[in-house]
Amino acid sequence: MNLMEYQGKELFKRAGIAVPRGEHALTSDAVARFIEDNPGEWVVKAQVLMGGRGKAGKIKMAGDAAQGRRVAEEILATPMPPNRQNPQGEPIKSLLVEEKLDIAKEAYCAVAIDRAARKPVFIVSRYGGMDIEEVSERHPESISKFPVDTAIGYSPFIGRELAFAAQLDPGFRKQFPAIAGALYELFFRYGAKLVEINPLALTTDGRVVASDAKVELDDDALFKNPEFAQWHAVLPLDEDETLAARAGVGIRNFRRFPGDVGTMANGAGLAMATMDAVSNAGGQIANFLDVGGGANAQRVRNCYELVVNNTGATVFFINIFGGITRGDEVARGVVEAMRETTSRKIPLVIRLTGTNEEEGRRILADAGMTPVETMDEGASEAVRLAAEKRG
Amino acid sequence: MSIFLDKNSRVIVQGITGAEGSYHADRMVKYGTNLVGGVTPGKGGQTTPHGLPVFDTVKEAVEATGATHTCIFVPPPFAADALYEAYEAGITFAVCITEGVPVHDTLKVVGTTAGMRIIGPNCPGLISPGKALVGIMPGHIFKEGRVGVMSRSGTLTYEVVDLLTREGFGQSTCVGVGGDPIIGTTFVECLREFKNDPQTGALVLCGEIGGSDEEDAAAFIAEHLPEMPVVAFVGGRNAPAGKSLGHAGAIISGNFGTAQSKIAAFQAAGVPVADRPSDIPRLLAQRLAVRA
Repeated sequence: MNLMEYQGKELFKRAGIAVPRGEHALTSDAVARFIEDNPGEWVVKAQVLMGGRGKAGKIKMAGDAAQGRRVAEEILATPMPPNRQNPQGEPIKSLLVEEKLDIAKEAYCAVAIDRAARKPVFIVSRYGGMDIEEVSERHPESISKFPVDTAIGYSPFIGRELAFAAQLDPGFRKQFPAIAGALYELFFRYGAKLVEINPLALTTDGRVVASDAKVELDDDALFKNPEFAQWHAVLPLDEDETLAARAGVGIRNFRRFPGDVGTMANGAGLAMATMDAVSNAGGQIANFLDVGGGANAQRVRNCYELVVNNTGATVFFINIFGGITRGDEVARGVVEAMRETTSRKIPLVIRLTGTNEEEGRRILADAGMTPVETMDEGASEAVRLAAEKRG
Repeated sequence: MSIFLDKNSRVIVQGITGAEGSYHADRMVKYGTNLVGGVTPGKGGQTTPHGLPVFDTVKEAVEATGATHTCIFVPPPFAADALYEAYEAGITFAVCITEGVPVHDTLKVVGTTAGMRIIGPNCPGLISPGKALVGIMPGHIFKEGRVGVMSRSGTLTYEVVDLLTREGFGQSTCVGVGGDPIIGTTFVECLREFKNDPQTGALVLCGEIGGSDEEDAAAFIAEHLPEMPVVAFVGGRNAPAGKSLGHAGAIISGNFGTAQSKIAAFQAAGVPVADRPSDIPRLLAQRLAVRA
């Protein structure tokens, strides 16, 4: 789960990382009231997960309350326009009003997970304020990394070493090791997969301040911080995840695509291979779906309905390799699910193999269904049926 | 021989009285695994339906049974604790089946338990066919032989092994390394072991999108196993960027971790990549013929 800027900055504050003075506001009235009470130069920033706010005109300056109200209304009037990463755009539900910083230098600092090294890794650059991907294309030599040995943890020498290696402006150097330490602490304390300060600003009066905050939390660690449930409630919903949770499968186990061949398999690896098989057979995939272990009738029914009611599937390819899961049980589950479902009926192609496969196929055949023996055969049959439907 | 596990390996199950733990302990015993006991805090002194002793702590279990291997079936919040307990008790080989372990827990455990090999988390375990099974794999589809198998997934492994067995290719050891972004044992670490295993004469590697384990494995094969017949498969060719597919680790970040990058790496290393699992036995037969 990705956090909004104001949520990330709340975590930064708790960790002792300086952030600009400011206020989270839900309405233009609230923005005006805050500026009224706190005269000065303020920045009004849309709170969204998408990038590119500046270019989209969703970050604006305000010198007084009236101007604050006006720019807030302008920002809230339209959603974030779509871009390549977010073809849907994103609604804007709140704003962050922040002190305008007089910035002398901008840098970049993040802690992420280095999968290959199996360690948390610091990434630092003297170029801030642009995407790190862009920095790594244009100034690859400016990026310094430090994988941290978790048995030792953070020690200030790491921050010093990084500041020198990345050639940060001398103005950063004194404060940087403490900021890096706080960032590392925050990374573990809240179970983050990424914490990024971009830009990390050096102000003309010598302060080092996190001007923006990007925090991605590990969904598997959310149980450690129950308060995040409230934060989650204000985040834009990932519809696929919501649908998956409602159907009782894991949030990572369902993903929609624009095609017409619905798929379901037991196990993520097999489910990915099933999509690839459909594509190999010349078909267009409607979804990814891992039904998980123990495909009983209720689960099969939920999954069938999840696909039929939410994708453009005109045929449903069920690919089960029965290892521990017994083929006869899965077959009974499928037959029962199809008998009980009230959703529209689309043809099923069922590949069932493994433990008790003969018994399973007999049950399906008795119910008037046509089981197939291999994944390739099932994919071809599903693609053929979908093509027939298209006419 | 085989890698990591044979019929003499002394194995315990952590969480042996839970639903999953007791069910799979039973399957392991029936397969022939040398299961010597289990651990459930508070249930020390009891015995399992097989007459295996249950201990309160891993330390007691190790002292009483001489166990070296453990198989962990505990809920995600307790997985790191179970691994640390095993490590402190002197266990040298731990399989963590649990799915949904916080990635930081895994980061800390793998960074602080040098000397204990960890398989997983979020994995089906491993099997040395005809010798022993530790984990949740369906033993009956495997057959003893010379092909080493490693995979990031469970059922896809079974699919592939079933095809291999039907075509007469038995297996030396099959390792399900796990579907999480951080895992205790990578493909390269499996390859190092397979390289020194006299029983293993060919390899099948089932990768998927996310991370760079496949690329690292391809480089290792090119450098250290140029003579070994190897066939690879990479799942997720049709995966979108930025979204995990089922496994937490199966995620493309920007242009990083794509199936295309992994396929290209294997091909550059001279490793044929099967377009579909059903092509694997044929490609393997071709590679073995070339070598012969």
